[in-house]
Amino acid sequence: MKLLPKAKHGMVSRKQSGEMPKLRLMGVYKAFGKKKVLNGVDLDVAKGETLVIIGGSGTGKSVTLKCILGLLQPDKGGIEFDGQNLADLTQAERDEVNSKIGMLFQSAALFDSLSVWENVAFSLLQNKTVSKAEAKRIAIQKLAQVGLNKDVAEVYPADLSGGMKKRVGLARAIATNPEVIFFDEPTTGLDPIMSDVINDLIVSTVKQLGATALTITHDMNSAKKIADKIAMLYEGKIIWVGTVKELEKTKNPYVRQFVAGSANGPIKMEVKV
Amino acid sequence: MKSEIRWQFVDKVGRVVLNFFAAAGRLGLFASETLIQCFHRPFYLKAFGAQLIEIGFYSLPVVALTTLFSGMVIALQTYTGFSSFSSEGPVAMVVLISVTRELAPVMAGLMVAGRIGASMAAELGTMRVTEQIDALTTLSTNPFRYLIVPRVLAGIVMLPILVLIGDIIGICGGYLIGIYKLEFNASTYLMNTWTYLQAMDIVSGMTKAAVFGFIITLLGCYNGFYSKGGAQGVGQATTNAVVSASILILIFNYILTEVFFAL
Repeated sequence: MKLLPKAKHGMVSRKQSGEMPKLRLMGVYKAFGKKKVLNGVDLDVAKGETLVIIGGSGTGKSVTLKCILGLLQPDKGGIEFDGQNLADLTQAERDEVNSKIGMLFQSAALFDSLSVWENVAFSLLQNKTVSKAEAKRIAIQKLAQVGLNKDVAEVYPADLSGGMKKRVGLARAIATNPEVIFFDEPTTGLDPIMSDVINDLIVSTVKQLGATALTITHDMNSAKKIADKIAMLYEGKIIWVGTVKELEKTKNPYVRQFVAGSANGPIKMEVKV
Repeated sequence: MKSEIRWQFVDKVGRVVLNFFAAAGRLGLFASETLIQCFHRPFYLKAFGAQLIEIGFYSLPVVALTTLFSGMVIALQTYTGFSSFSSEGPVAMVVLISVTRELAPVMAGLMVAGRIGASMAAELGTMRVTEQIDALTTLSTNPFRYLIVPRVLAGIVMLPILVLIGDIIGICGGYLIGIYKLEFNASTYLMNTWTYLQAMDIVSGMTKAAVFGFIITLLGCYNGFYSKGGAQGVGQATTNAVVSASILILIFNYILTEVFFAL
């Protein structure tokens, strides 16, 4: 059995802030058949904090996010949002929680059949909290916030570039002024300059909304730029939590190898031929 | 060695049987969730309207053509079969009964399964692999209510209407052959058609159509909704949707015929 370094998870933010975290994962387990993906994930995200989960492919980053979003049910463990255990909620209560959440998907996941502004205003149009004209006005305002002009509003997603799709996805994620925003690999598939533009947009929009943010990525430049705190996921467990400064000084061999992007170290990639 | 081969065979058969029951169970749960969500708000009227047009209006040409030629063929075949008798009566009756009871619902069902079942599976499958279905959930929108219910309800409503139109066109096809090729008397042919016309024939055909509409849309949505593995998965979902819907249409056609006419 391989010994992993002791995680500093959770307790750090609990001790520091002394208040209830916005989001808390307690011993979350998830397996697909015989393959154990999450092996007891413990994590706290404090209110207003931007936490980035880093980790290699297949370490369970996306599964963690899907469990929080309710797209997958954990086999064991609990996930709390504002102190409420998500597993105990009724569908209506879950919808209420979802209305406080914004999500930027890796592929942007824009609806092909709807125009850009209808995508951005989707929640507003479905909930019928505002008129159609008002929803369009808000959508155009959110598009401007992510650096897109109103000519893009009438275009369909198929006609957009990768970077523009990410921006529209971000505008949709912030359309309802959510309390928590999730970012799934926000810079994957983008060139370095566009990646930096998206990172800047994430930082500015999260700050503007005063939201709590949870990002999963394996892009270290992105992680360093947007994170208040970074957590490393390895073999389905959080093995390290710390600030960007702590990340640079850490002696944890797993984190050091991942940050350096080295093939040599305790993390062994399975290469099947 | 022999016993090992025998056990491998038992293993394979067992796997196939288990997979079949697992798939049937998943489909049953999917169908029950769809039916439950039909009675929950909100109801997406715009999406329902769009599906009515897609399934009903745009399937009309293909259903009209297949029922027209089916009616024409039945008129010709019946005439050949009954050539030793006075044929006007039997031809009109056989065209009427076969088109309304069997040909229009089955042909329309199979045609719509190919057109709509495939497109639904491909659309929903693409939405699944590009995370659009997950995005719906995160935007507080139930994917069953937004995507599945409008499609299934539109299928149940539009298939009977398509079949009713198919009935009329199929009978017209028989009439055209009867009058212009077999040189029957037009008024006698029409009189015979009217005499043999029974409400039960039309109703049974339309009921079959409603069931077929449910089967086509449910299987199209089910296969698309649970597709995985990118482009190949979507292709597989499309094939499965059409093949499974076509087989179930033929099985349920027999069961419903038994219920309506044999009991």
